[in-house]
Amino acid sequence: MEDLIKIENLCKSYQGEGCLTPVLKEINFSIAKGEFVAIMGPSGSGKSTLLHMLGFLDTQSAGKYYFEGKTMDDYGQEKIAHIRNHKMGFVFQSFNLLNKTSVLDNVKLPLLYSGISEDKWDKLAIDAIAKVKMEHRIDHTPGQLSGGEQQRVAIARALVMNPEVIFADEPTGNLDSKSGQIIMEILQDLNDAGETIVLITHEKSTAMHAKRIIHILDGQIDSDTKLEQQLKAKDSYTK
Amino acid sequence: MVLKYIIKTAYKGLTANKFRSFLTILGILIGIASIILIVSIGQGAQNLVLSQVQSMGSKNIFILPGKHDTSMSSGFSMIMSDSLKNKDLDELKKKSNVPNAVNVFPIVLSTSLVKYGNNTYRPMVFGSTPELMALYDTFPDQGEMFTEEDITGKTLVVILGEKVKNELFGTDEAIGRRIKIKDASFLVIGIFPKSGQKGFMNFDDIIFVPYSTAQTYILGTKYYNRLVVEVDSEENVARAKSDIENTLRDSHNIEDSKDDDFSIETTESMINSISIITNVLTLFLASVASISLIVGGVGIMNIVLVSVTERTKEIGLRKALGATQKDILYQFLLESVFLTGVGGISGVIIGTLLSFFVSYILTNFAGYDWPFSFSISAAVLGFSVSALIGLVFGLYPAKKAAQLSPIEALRRE
Repeated sequence: MEDLIKIENLCKSYQGEGCLTPVLKEINFSIAKGEFVAIMGPSGSGKSTLLHMLGFLDTQSAGKYYFEGKTMDDYGQEKIAHIRNHKMGFVFQSFNLLNKTSVLDNVKLPLLYSGISEDKWDKLAIDAIAKVKMEHRIDHTPGQLSGGEQQRVAIARALVMNPEVIFADEPTGNLDSKSGQIIMEILQDLNDAGETIVLITHEKSTAMHAKRIIHILDGQIDSDTKLEQQLKAKDSYTK
Repeated sequence: MVLKYIIKTAYKGLTANKFRSFLTILGILIGIASIILIVSIGQGAQNLVLSQVQSMGSKNIFILPGKHDTSMSSGFSMIMSDSLKNKDLDELKKKSNVPNAVNVFPIVLSTSLVKYGNNTYRPMVFGSTPELMALYDTFPDQGEMFTEEDITGKTLVVILGEKVKNELFGTDEAIGRRIKIKDASFLVIGIFPKSGQKGFMNFDDIIFVPYSTAQTYILGTKYYNRLVVEVDSEENVARAKSDIENTLRDSHNIEDSKDDDFSIETTESMINSISIITNVLTLFLASVASISLIVGGVGIMNIVLVSVTERTKEIGLRKALGATQKDILYQFLLESVFLTGVGGISGVIIGTLLSFFVSYILTNFAGYDWPFSFSISAAVLGFSVSALIGLVFGLYPAKKAAQLSPIEALRRE
């Protein structure tokens, strides 16, 4: 399958007071279109930093990151904003919905910057809301929704531009287990429909919904396992 | 980003803190309203003064005694100078000297105590000819005007202004009664109707007498305070002015114009001088008021900076979802321009209402014929300046917002 994401020797360091703190060291992997990858690791392992770089929200200190065969250096600021808008969807742990704005308008937010004709906005937003089964809450504001419902709206917002990939940063981190389960099922359904999903989590139970788990430890890849291999390994151990 | 949504977002941002936005708008509102009020009052004052000048007629030339210069002593020397005499009047009346002169009127002016019974009053004593009053379109509505014979014979007759009549006689009949000025007894032969201010003189507050009578019995002088030359047409005013200068220089044996002991003013020159003075004064006051606009602008900058800080996370989110630096810049610039624009429009409306109120008070309670003046150019300029202030003072916080790193912004709680 064609690589959507490819990273080579990716490093990221932060300049502290007088010293350089490395966060990611020599990371290498690629993600093909249609994959559901969980990047897993404990707090401070560098997984969120990695996601920010994958989402063109931050830049690496060294190494190369190719998205659809091109690096961030190939684009100007405007083009990067365009790629974030058209090809990437973001789901955050804290939902990041606009408080005094309705569900419909929250989902329409990426369309504002899309260049898509305004008369198509309502249909696209309503279709995205339907995918997360939130049509009945279309005129509500985030304050009137539960945490799980807010995250479903955030997923609809990520879907509205029909992106190449959805980056989900700890999407169940602020939810109870039942709501978390619903969110993961939605992400699984989306993946089954062909959507590429990159999930960041520190919970193994959440990561197990993915088809591939990249385990990060101390800024380095500790393991990169496909779920089938994991299951096979588990089966052989059981036998 | 579609303009409609930029406006909608800016509007939402501002209405989220209504009271704070109102206080910010207030700063601009006060600045613009002050400028509109000052410009309007300045124009009103200018119109009032110019209407006074125009009421003196555009075909008239005014000759004043003494040299006119810009020194402080100029006004004093004009009052005290005795350079305009009977000989000048005769020379100016000669067709060979000033061919375009239709008429020449002498004027003597003073204030004097006037008595009737136990009532005393100090009006302006105005001595001239009946023809001069005709120039001002002012005639007695009770009794009659004095005649050329009264001037020649220095008759002790007087016509009272409406206010003088009321001060001395109240509601009693005044025609045929005698009033005392200095030691002479004057017969009241006429009363002017209420006329108000004309040519810088309150015609209600004068007593009008033959100039020869005023010189002999009231002032004890043989010179004139003014000579007014009526010219046959407006086009000939400049030529007549030159003829008057030459005639008076001959009459006073003056060879160099620097030694002139008289000055000549036309309506046009007075209008120009007055316009310059009032315009400069208005500009100065408007400049002082515009300082408040700068203070208002700093307030705008402060509030937009606070708004950027409060909404840092929102900015990060918008950038993550595809907003460009330009989108964010326009959003916050528009908020700033929206604040100043609303302040500007409100300032124009309130400034205009205040101007109307001031005009109403001055006309109805202070006795001035003060015209209400609304300057469209001041209103347009006021609004444009306020919008410009929004752009200038909003630019820094808007740029700050636009340049925020999305990830830094998203991390902010």
